[in-house]
Amino acid sequence: MPGYCAVLLQLNLLDYFSFCFQWATLRMERGAKEKNQHLYKPYSNGIIAKEPVSLEQEIQEMRRGGAEPEFDMSDIFYFCRRGVESIVDDEVTKRFTAEELESWNLLTRSNYNFHHISTRLTALWGVGVLIRYGILLPLRVTLAFTGVGLLVVLTSVVGLFPNGRIKNYLSDKVHLMCYRICVRALTAIITYHDSENKPKNGGICVANHTSPIDVIILASDGCYAMVGQVHGGLMGVIQRAMVKACPHIWFERSEVKDRHLVAKRLSDHVADESKLPILIFPEGTCINNTSVMMFKKGSFEIGCKVYPVAIKYDPRFGDAFWNSSKFGMVNYLLHMMSSWAIVCSVWYLPPMSRMEGEDAVQFANRVKAAIARKGGLADLLWDGGLKRGKVKEVFKEEQQKLYSKVLVGSSEDRSRS
Amino acid sequence: MKETGFSHSQITRLYSHFHSLDKGENGALSREDFQRIPELAINPLGDRIINAFFPEGEDQVNFRGFMRTLAHFRPVEDNEKNKDPTSGEPLNSRANKLLFAFRLYDLDRDDKISRDELLQVLRMMVGVNISDEQLGSIADRTIQEADTNGDMSISFSEFTKVLEKVDVEQKMSIRFLH
Repeated sequence: MPGYCAVLLQLNLLDYFSFCFQWATLRMERGAKEKNQHLYKPYSNGIIAKEPVSLEQEIQEMRRGGAEPEFDMSDIFYFCRRGVESIVDDEVTKRFTAEELESWNLLTRSNYNFHHISTRLTALWGVGVLIRYGILLPLRVTLAFTGVGLLVVLTSVVGLFPNGRIKNYLSDKVHLMCYRICVRALTAIITYHDSENKPKNGGICVANHTSPIDVIILASDGCYAMVGQVHGGLMGVIQRAMVKACPHIWFERSEVKDRHLVAKRLSDHVADESKLPILIFPEGTCINNTSVMMFKKGSFEIGCKVYPVAIKYDPRFGDAFWNSSKFGMVNYLLHMMSSWAIVCSVWYLPPMSRMEGEDAVQFANRVKAAIARKGGLADLLWDGGLKRGKVKEVFKEEQQKLYSKVLVGSSEDRSRS
Repeated sequence: MKETGFSHSQITRLYSHFHSLDKGENGALSREDFQRIPELAINPLGDRIINAFFPEGEDQVNFRGFMRTLAHFRPVEDNEKNKDPTSGEPLNSRANKLLFAFRLYDLDRDDKISRDELLQVLRMMVGVNISDEQLGSIADRTIQEADTNGDMSISFSEFTKVLEKVDVEQKMSIRFLH
């Protein structure tokens, strides 16, 4: 009996949740089998198996033996197959919707098998709803209001102090305390790794971006200078209050377009050793935490130390990804606060600097690869801006150039022989 | 759905993907929905491939049509599992795969590939990197080799003859996972 109790105590809350979720999925599988139907399984292996063959290889293979014609009507097969493969399963569009889960986590929003739920499972789900919306949500909303309210009031108070060591000290304490209250408001269970690499003054901290919560997660463990556009409404109030206590970088909408101005303000900030490290998300938009997309090179041109940070959320307890084309901010926050918990890991990577002979883009890609490796995310070259915008023509032109080389190249060989 | 030959789990997954592409949430895909896929947008023949999904004169494709077109790319070996002698020629037969490719060339759908159509498709594939004269001679040479009845265009049977030694089944197949 004591041994059994000891084991129970050692399992923490998250393990209990996992057990419940797996049980829920098993019940649904059983229910499905009874009705002789199939359970929808997320495609963790992908819908299709793609062959990573290059254009040149493929075309050479397709050339019929014997005399080599310049153009073959079968060349079209390569583009055709690649095209249809990309319709069925491409690397980009799936990064902008929430990640699919192996087992159901009792949140309606991640369920695809509604008709396989038994009464027992529905009861469990109902209890879950009561707990989440009846107890957790009101508690968390109260905490959130407290946290934000305190942030605005206290930073304004600190702003009254003359600039100096005391003001900085108070500002740090105030920011940390308020962010930690917000962390509680989300029930975020965060594990920080390698804290010896935490960003220092005079540097830039870059991280992968999944949701606005990333800011709260990082800022509750360290003090950063935020960068962003000036907003109206409540956000604007918060921004104006924060900047009284310590220098953050807020841009007017018109200034955002001017890249030189942005770069200058950032470099001025990092040049001043007394100012806090800047927090930047170079992807420029929220990605669903299965991959890291192209880093915009602006922050990497400044020439100071870059502190990479990898943030990985555990999707089983609550999906943190903000699909801004589908849900507004308030809707998103409600989702967050009515999930079970937000569980994530933060890795502080050792600082990196631009090497000799490396340009900003290569440096950005190097940092991105390090973050992707540490967080276990796919490293993609595609631009996160593709969430809303069209892909640039230049990529198509590259494909056309490649194919032309294959065509013309073979004619050169022929003229030589 | 039986005619497409996909398994139940494949259909479910493909439906979920169809749904995620359908931004307008009206149960059908438009050309813009396809063009939103970056890897397809940079494919030189992207527009022609997108066209293949839409029946003559329509700008919406529903899930059934989507599946029928995709069914052309099922590997031929998969047919062994569900042999049904009454179902007629499956969508992914060698002949149907060739017909799919033929239609990529045959822009006006008159069952003949004319010199102009061939030139247009070639121009799509090479962009600005090859001169008009060179492209013209490539087109002429191709038609000369394929055209057996002397009408300066390529019919479907001539197309099939030219490609009889090519492993069409493998080149025009996608491995769908179960």
